[in-house]
Amino acid sequence: MLQIPLWKRVLIIALCLAGLAMAAPNLFYPRVEAHNDALAAFEKSGALTADQAAARDAWPSWLPSGLVNLGLDLRGGAHLLAEVHVDEVYAARLKSLWPEARRVLAEERATLGAVRRVESPADELRIQIGEAAEIARAVELVRTLASPVVSLTGVGQNDLEVTGEGDIVTIRLSEAERTATDDRTMQQSLEIVRRRVDAAGTREPTIMRQGTDRILIQVPGIGSAAELKALIGTTAKLTFHQVIGRAGDANSPAGAGNIIVQGQDERDGFYILDEVAVVSGDELTDARPDTDQNGYPAVAFRFNPTGARAFGDFTANHIGEPFAIVLDNKVISAPVIQTHISGGSGIITGRFSVQEATDLAVLLRAGALPAGMTFLEERTIGPELGQDSIEAGRIAAIVGLIAVVAFMMLSYGLFGVFASVALLVNIALIFGIMSSIHATLTLPGIAGIVLTIGMAVDANVLVFERIREELRKVKGPARAIELGYEKAMSAIVDANVTTFITALILFVLGAGPVRGFAVTLIIGIATSVFTAIFVTRLLVAVWYDRRRPKQLEL
Amino acid sequence: MAFRLKLVPDHTTFDFFRHQVLTFGFSVFLVLASIGLVLTMGLNFGIDFKGGTTIRTESTQPLDVGAYRTALAPLNLGDVSITQVFDPNFDADQHVSMIRIEAQAGDEAITPEQMVSIEEALKAADGAVKIVSTESVGPKVSGELIWTAIWSVLAATAAILVYIWLRFEWQFSVGAVAALVHDITVTVGIFSLFQIKFDLTIIAALLTILGYSINDTVVVFDRLRENLVKYKTMPLRDVMNISVNETLSRTVMTSGTTLIALIALLVLGGDVIRGFVFAMTWGVVVGTYSSVFVAKNIVLFLGVDRDKDKKDPADKFFTEKVADADN
Repeated sequence: MLQIPLWKRVLIIALCLAGLAMAAPNLFYPRVEAHNDALAAFEKSGALTADQAAARDAWPSWLPSGLVNLGLDLRGGAHLLAEVHVDEVYAARLKSLWPEARRVLAEERATLGAVRRVESPADELRIQIGEAAEIARAVELVRTLASPVVSLTGVGQNDLEVTGEGDIVTIRLSEAERTATDDRTMQQSLEIVRRRVDAAGTREPTIMRQGTDRILIQVPGIGSAAELKALIGTTAKLTFHQVIGRAGDANSPAGAGNIIVQGQDERDGFYILDEVAVVSGDELTDARPDTDQNGYPAVAFRFNPTGARAFGDFTANHIGEPFAIVLDNKVISAPVIQTHISGGSGIITGRFSVQEATDLAVLLRAGALPAGMTFLEERTIGPELGQDSIEAGRIAAIVGLIAVVAFMMLSYGLFGVFASVALLVNIALIFGIMSSIHATLTLPGIAGIVLTIGMAVDANVLVFERIREELRKVKGPARAIELGYEKAMSAIVDANVTTFITALILFVLGAGPVRGFAVTLIIGIATSVFTAIFVTRLLVAVWYDRRRPKQLEL
Repeated sequence: MAFRLKLVPDHTTFDFFRHQVLTFGFSVFLVLASIGLVLTMGLNFGIDFKGGTTIRTESTQPLDVGAYRTALAPLNLGDVSITQVFDPNFDADQHVSMIRIEAQAGDEAITPEQMVSIEEALKAADGAVKIVSTESVGPKVSGELIWTAIWSVLAATAAILVYIWLRFEWQFSVGAVAALVHDITVTVGIFSLFQIKFDLTIIAALLTILGYSINDTVVVFDRLRENLVKYKTMPLRDVMNISVNETLSRTVMTSGTTLIALIALLVLGGDVIRGFVFAMTWGVVVGTYSSVFVAKNIVLFLGVDRDKDKKDPADKFFTEKVADADN
């Protein structure tokens, strides 16, 4: 059993060397990171500054350049968990149904009587008709607006649920449509958040969906969660509305289908607007900073064809009336329509500074978030704190390592040295694997590595203790070593499988730093079994072949 | 023979059941006391589980908790606690405090405006103060995190129960799980006793303790299984004693190296993860104790069916090999 075939020896050594090579860049972290950043910059822009070129050349490109990702708690940065108000979209969707519903019902006004919208909860639309007797016909007409939902789960379902009771027709979104809408809302929100965060140019942000209506956003290197919130939380929801009139305060009666919106600041008072927007920012194809005829900063925009048509029709029918440009629930200007605007482009004037106009243009181009967000969880870690943690973790790991190595050597002599070599290889392998899969190292992850340093020798201890026992029973060191490995095997397997199970559960259920801990633990278990069973054994075998000791000192 | 550090002599014949009433009774007492502590004193839940905001500040000036408190009082933030943090790693002019603020009304634990006013108030009280980290968890998320935590501990325990059951016999699996429950309860108990902050990372530590403790227990069980085949007629109690004695040296060695590494981290690893490392260190001690004094007592109490001719295949694989080796 001490004879290990050559191919196995080569394979073991090759794996160890590969691990060491993959781990090596982490020793030169800042240099390799600058090198990688320079390469990424080159890929993006195709050109490099002198500094970037120097950074690129500081690390030879033929060497491995994979690095362990540092978690937010080590690098510093911000973490946000946002909940998207998906039901806002239902309400907007229902609101936009009203003009269509009015049209189909008005066509049969002769039999149905007068059609009007009545107050209703946000998740439904209620329409009253004049002739209660004709309710069945009204429901039938409104149902023609419904269309089948295209989704995996809602096959055969329509998007609208229309019911009639007395003289009221009630329209709701169906379950399937809600699910489909949620998905669209989330995808859109994710995309917009991603674009906004990317625009800020930070390194490797994590933006992902969690559960049905949440988004997790982690941005390393950003100053604070508040900054990140400001970056993504600005909704920049732009709509154009018909102005019905002016109001004295926010609580004035507006009438069904109308809303009261505040002016840009207090002295502008309040406007009564038609709730249904003529066009919205979604239909913008371009927005850029510009100046108006008086040289004040403004934002020029252009609509897509649908938007342009709607805007053109509206302006043609309402010449001489004011319309309102509403941004984030404030009327930023309410110009009077002078002519029919047919080209689908125009400028927004407000009381902007140059910076504000530029920011607004960027936000409009990126698109508006389809729904509002609440931030359920936020964490900011300063870069100094992260650096302190890395430093403390490094010192603790080195001290722990030296102490364990000393303890092993004192206890097992030469075999302790073998175990210590295996331990060092083990740590290199952990870093090598983490670098090559770009796993994230967190502060608990460092603790996981230190714990692995302590526990990794366990498999070796099991074997050595067993060899000691066998030495007392059988003749000859070779046989004892052989039996030691063989008999310790089942304990090693059972002990590590159970630890692996808990680590796996940690990984599946944990989040953030805890997951980072689970990753190092899982990798640590795998590498420690590998090093104990193969690396130490190879060392022992090579030593035994050379020396052929008559007696084993263990 | 060269010098060898030996914490445990080569051959030991301790009777681990001699003071069974005492050791097992002690464990039962610890578990009951821990449950009592948690019920009466509760746990010092961190914001992960309770919702709220923690702010870590750093200043070059000596910390005046009173001044901070007075500065924050006009902001009407509800329950605010301010504690100074000490750590051997800190520089002489590094004064760190943790400020914890209860969750404010609504889904968000704190509004950006409140955060700004807190920073301004602190700056007014101490010109050199810097906010180095803030964490805030809304009540909605914290409620879910509690359940995730409970689920993960239960799931891990159940998975281990099943694995041990498959690999050994059901009595072993009950013994192992009893040891795990013991370890978890006693660890939670000490967190309650000292009112150490109990947050998500502590749950990770608890799961690690589960892993470590089961690791220890399994090594003893593995030897027990082997010895049950070897000494077919010896009373179960004696076979158990032999097994624990034979593995004692290994148990002490592994606990030793693990504790060495953990203590290095406990002392030098910084205050941010101290609670986490403390839980693991304590868990290693308790876990080692429980695999020697709790798990096998339960197995002894339940008894093992030793006349089974038909072994399950997993057992057979190893026992056959061992039998070969002995011939």
